[in-house]
Amino acid sequence: MELEETLLPGVGVRYQMRTRSGQVLGIVVQREGGAEIAVFDRRDPDQARETFRLDAEEVDALAEVLGAPRLTQRFADLSREVPGLESARITVREGSPFAGRTLGDTRARTLTGCSVVAIVRGADVVPSPSPGDPLSAGDVLVAIGSAAGLEQLDRRLAGRE
Amino acid sequence: MDHVAALLLELGLLFLGLSALGLLARRLGLSPIPFILLAALAVGEGGVVPLANATPFLEAAAEIGVVLLLLTLGLEFSSTELFTSLRRHTPSGLVDLLLNGPPGFVAGLLLGLPWQGALALAGVTYISSSGIIARLLGDLGRLANRETPAVLSVLVLEDLAMALFLPLLVVALAGQGPMSAVAGVGLAVGAVLVVLLAAQRHGHRLGRLLSHDDDEQVMLRLIGLTLLVAGAAQAMGASAAVGAFLVGLALPASFAERARAILGPLRDLFAATFFVAFGLATDPAAILPVLPAALALAAVTTVTKIGTGWFAAKRDGVAVPGRLRAGTALVARGEFSIVIAGLAVAAGIPAVGPVATGYVLVLAVSGPVLTRFVEPLTGRMLRRAAPV
Repeated sequence: MELEETLLPGVGVRYQMRTRSGQVLGIVVQREGGAEIAVFDRRDPDQARETFRLDAEEVDALAEVLGAPRLTQRFADLSREVPGLESARITVREGSPFAGRTLGDTRARTLTGCSVVAIVRGADVVPSPSPGDPLSAGDVLVAIGSAAGLEQLDRRLAGRE
Repeated sequence: MDHVAALLLELGLLFLGLSALGLLARRLGLSPIPFILLAALAVGEGGVVPLANATPFLEAAAEIGVVLLLLTLGLEFSSTELFTSLRRHTPSGLVDLLLNGPPGFVAGLLLGLPWQGALALAGVTYISSSGIIARLLGDLGRLANRETPAVLSVLVLEDLAMALFLPLLVVALAGQGPMSAVAGVGLAVGAVLVVLLAAQRHGHRLGRLLSHDDDEQVMLRLIGLTLLVAGAAQAMGASAAVGAFLVGLALPASFAERARAILGPLRDLFAATFFVAFGLATDPAAILPVLPAALALAAVTTVTKIGTGWFAAKRDGVAVPGRLRAGTALVARGEFSIVIAGLAVAAGIPAVGPVATGYVLVLAVSGPVLTRFVEPLTGRMLRRAAPV
């Protein structure tokens, strides 16, 4: 599968994907948060024949249905706009000292300067988790911060710091 | 009737009239710009509604309108988008410039304008209306189309060219020699590059400086900074518009979105007064004699813009129907053609005004109509080529 990404200046980003079943799907993610999903014309593969227009709220609902990757993508975009800020997905591994404890116990923000913006647990996503949210082995933390801070957080979660 | 009462009455009538025109334009699926221009030509001295009291206000508001138009133009795209467009579509941008600038220049000389006026007319025919086109692509559901990135990239490169062209034009209009024009352009190129590089590294600092939880604070800071920079640019012999454009460029994308939302209504209000002021300053009687020339110029540059879009879309591997869509989408000229003509008129070449007005009146309407019309046409072509 190939996801082709093109910048649409002034509008947003356009993604195009040819599925294994041979259909071409176009998605325009607009800067304002809305999106258009398009199915292309068979005779004119350059032209969007049917377009769905989604507002920001509907995009979020759809993204939740389709899972977490969309969320991480958005954080990646966010960090691209702010130089020096990066995002990472950090797994709480088996045997981590924080498995079974709460997010607040990691003291991630105080010690590493990183913000945990979501916890991905299998197909579930906990957006903007609070310090009281429990962590368990296998959880993936979506964090943003400096590169050094993210590395430090990774080490800390693994119990190496 | 005292002066204040007359001023307010005139402005009230004016804005209500603009509202009705905007509604009409929207109903027809067209840009309001030609309607505003036509209405402004009709009012004013000796017109239906004489705007004697409002004219000084409109003149000042028009200046602010240009500044806000260019500021939001700079806010429209990030430096990333600019560099991406430059990397991918520089040949398309060059074709655009070479096809669409010279017709205006030649026509200007043929009309007996001084070379500075011809240069302004070259800008008028070169620059497509990103406002009209971006809205059109959204309305027609073409944002996801394969040719759309090429169209938008051409628009971005035109906007960049504007940043360099405006100072060149301003220097030329000031009536100094070609050497100072070259120096002015050098300065402009340098300033744009410095601002872009600085924005990539330190833009977020500027964003932090201007941002505040309160929308009012953001608006006041942004307008204050922009007017300061625009005024300074004007004082240094560049153009206020260029200064405002650079401020827009320098702001980081994360802040630009909020700034656009806050400034949008204000920009629309002052830009509308700019079009009105331009229409008022143009003598309607002067349009008729140059109308054939404007129409001929419109016809020629419709063809050259279609060629530009064709070329740009072809580079992206788009097939013939998409190339036609891209080409016809680019035909619409609008706000920035009027900005350029306004500079020339203000600099003492009033003859540019009527030609530009006629030209924009024709293309702001016919561009969108043309690209709508091309869709069923290419559909028919496809059916003939590959019967289903």
